[in-house]
Amino acid sequence: MAEPIVTDAVNPDVVAARDALRGVAHTPGVAKPTPLLVADGVRRTFGGVNAVDVEHLEVQSNVITALIGPNGAGKTTFFNLMTGFDRPDAGSWTFDGKSLAGVPASRVSKSGMVRTFQLTKALSRMTVLENMRLGARDQVGEGMGAALLRPLWRKQEKEVTEKARDLLARFKLDTKESDFAGSLSGGQRKLLEMARALMSDPTLVMLDEPMAGVNPALTQSLLGHITALRDSGTSVLFVEHDMHMVRHISDWVVVMAEGKVVAEGPPKEVMDDQAVIDAYLGSHHDTDLGDDSLLEEESVISAEAMAELEAEEEAK
Amino acid sequence: MDFASLLTDVLREATGPTAIAYALAAIGLNIHFGLTGLINMGQAGFMLLGAYGFAISTIAGLPLVVAFLIAIGCAVVFALILGLPTLKLRGDYLAIVTIAAAEIIRFIGRSVGLNDLTGGSQGLLGNQFKYSFEGASPFADGLVAIGPISLQMNASNSWWLRIVGWGLVALACLIVFLLLRSPWGRVLKGIREDEDAVRALGKNVYTFKLQSLVLGGVFGAVGGIVISLASSVQPDSLGRPVTFNTWTILLLGGAATVFGPVLGSILFWAALVLVRGLMRGLIPPDVLSSTEIEPLGFVLVGITLVLLIVFRPQGILGDKKELAING
Ligand SMILES: Nc1ncnc2c1ncn2[C@@H]1O[C@H](COP(=O)(O)OP(=O)(O)O)[C@@H](O)[C@H]1O
Ligand SMILES: [Mg+2]
Repeated sequence: MAEPIVTDAVNPDVVAARDALRGVAHTPGVAKPTPLLVADGVRRTFGGVNAVDVEHLEVQSNVITALIGPNGAGKTTFFNLMTGFDRPDAGSWTFDGKSLAGVPASRVSKSGMVRTFQLTKALSRMTVLENMRLGARDQVGEGMGAALLRPLWRKQEKEVTEKARDLLARFKLDTKESDFAGSLSGGQRKLLEMARALMSDPTLVMLDEPMAGVNPALTQSLLGHITALRDSGTSVLFVEHDMHMVRHISDWVVVMAEGKVVAEGPPKEVMDDQAVIDAYLGSHHDTDLGDDSLLEEESVISAEAMAELEAEEEAK
Repeated sequence: MDFASLLTDVLREATGPTAIAYALAAIGLNIHFGLTGLINMGQAGFMLLGAYGFAISTIAGLPLVVAFLIAIGCAVVFALILGLPTLKLRGDYLAIVTIAAAEIIRFIGRSVGLNDLTGGSQGLLGNQFKYSFEGASPFADGLVAIGPISLQMNASNSWWLRIVGWGLVALACLIVFLLLRSPWGRVLKGIREDEDAVRALGKNVYTFKLQSLVLGGVFGAVGGIVISLASSVQPDSLGRPVTFNTWTILLLGGAATVFGPVLGSILFWAALVLVRGLMRGLIPPDVLSSTEIEPLGFVLVGITLVLLIVFRPQGILGDKKELAING
């Protein structure tokens, strides 16, 4: 059930979207065949510095898009702007054809664009299961009056709980359901936050560095979750520094530097692009732009690491 | 020293209207702080408004139930006035605004200009507004002794007031219990932990915080009614110290628990009477006069509480495991 799904997609929408992307030029700001998120002239300055200055960006639906760029490139700020957690100085953007400029964060989320945070926001003094339940939409029992009358929401609560347990099992957190979220490891919290975001069946899920801090043993299965997510019809936009991951699972890569989109295209080409390498080398020289041969090696290691991890867990 | 009569005093205070009123106020504060993480530093303001609302409408000739509803309405309006502009801002704003607003209510209440309505700094005497409540009692008047405690059945600090008061406390606990296990309570707890995370999950945090502020404030107002029915409406006896005592009671009993505020209130008032009684009995009057013992009682209870919070920071009923986790 938690088998990582191989990237060869079976979903016809995904196949069609990928095919369509093949005909798209590899230039920054290029139009996509069926874009889900479209940003226009979005600018955000902090004390005179343009943290984000995106002229035009379209995020294709039904595929996995990676947003990469050196630290401070404005990726997180861009996420914050799109999801209503920050206000731009200028610009407009639409999601699923509807304008989202000025829409508060909770309504953005309700419209189907759900994000996670770079600094994980697990709700520490709530159990893992309660964290998950909170992610479900349109709960009758969330009305103050209805809350007092359990029969009104008992059935829905049961359904929500079932769905939560399903997702937890997929993310290998099912044995932790009654633990406080604050007692999880950093990586497990990332997984929980992602699983929680999926409780609402989002149209687009935006993951800000989903791999950071996750035990290498879990990265393989996390990759599987993300591709499975796409194959089940959810579009994914993720920020990541791990270039192996970017190469391995993304269908399209967008590169940001100093607030601007500087390149976009399929992963292999983008990462061989001199401008991209320069953008990275400009900030930190040691960045490894990813090499697939390493990935294979890693998966051997990960089996060992997994065994180690489990032994560790049991020792607790 | 007469221990039997001291213990009777302790029992009388721990089950009396003051303990009831503070339990209700602390239950309200628990909804604010324990469940939602809101820092309300003006719970006394809600109590005072409730007391005024009830007393003034009764004096105006309105029936008991209507006066009760008006008192609750005052708290709802007050909560909305405080919450609407501040709950979108960072948490500290609510704390500052509530402490100021509670003081403003008190100053307005005691101002000379409103003498006819609020009785100014003298307040409103109990005899002016107690009749409708006392008249609603199904019991016959007279002195009734239960165990070592002997009280009037219906007048002022009466059995009738205790019956209704504890009934209200039980009802408040039931409501909190039901809310705590509901999806609504879950959203509040989520807000307490990290409101941005809750926003990212599509919940309108602002609305939930407003609901929490209103509900907790209403319990405060009901506490204010109880305390005024025991004696009078006295603006200066519902000032900042009342808010601080309520906080102490909540932390003592255990925030985010159902019975913590009730247990906290009972223990707080029992401890205060016990400590004062012991000092009066054991320390000769030429060393410490009884007027000096009054405030010293608070000091000693305060020290005990500091120790308790050092050694049991989660409060008496709180979950240590839960508190050990850093947000
Ligand atoms: N709240 C803020 N106040 C001031 N500067 C900020 C703030 N948030 C981000 N920045 C600045 O904006 C730029 C982009 O940051 P960020 O979006 O976090 O980059 P990334 O996620 O790509 O590493 C950085 O220079 C950062 O210092
Ligand atoms: Mg970032």
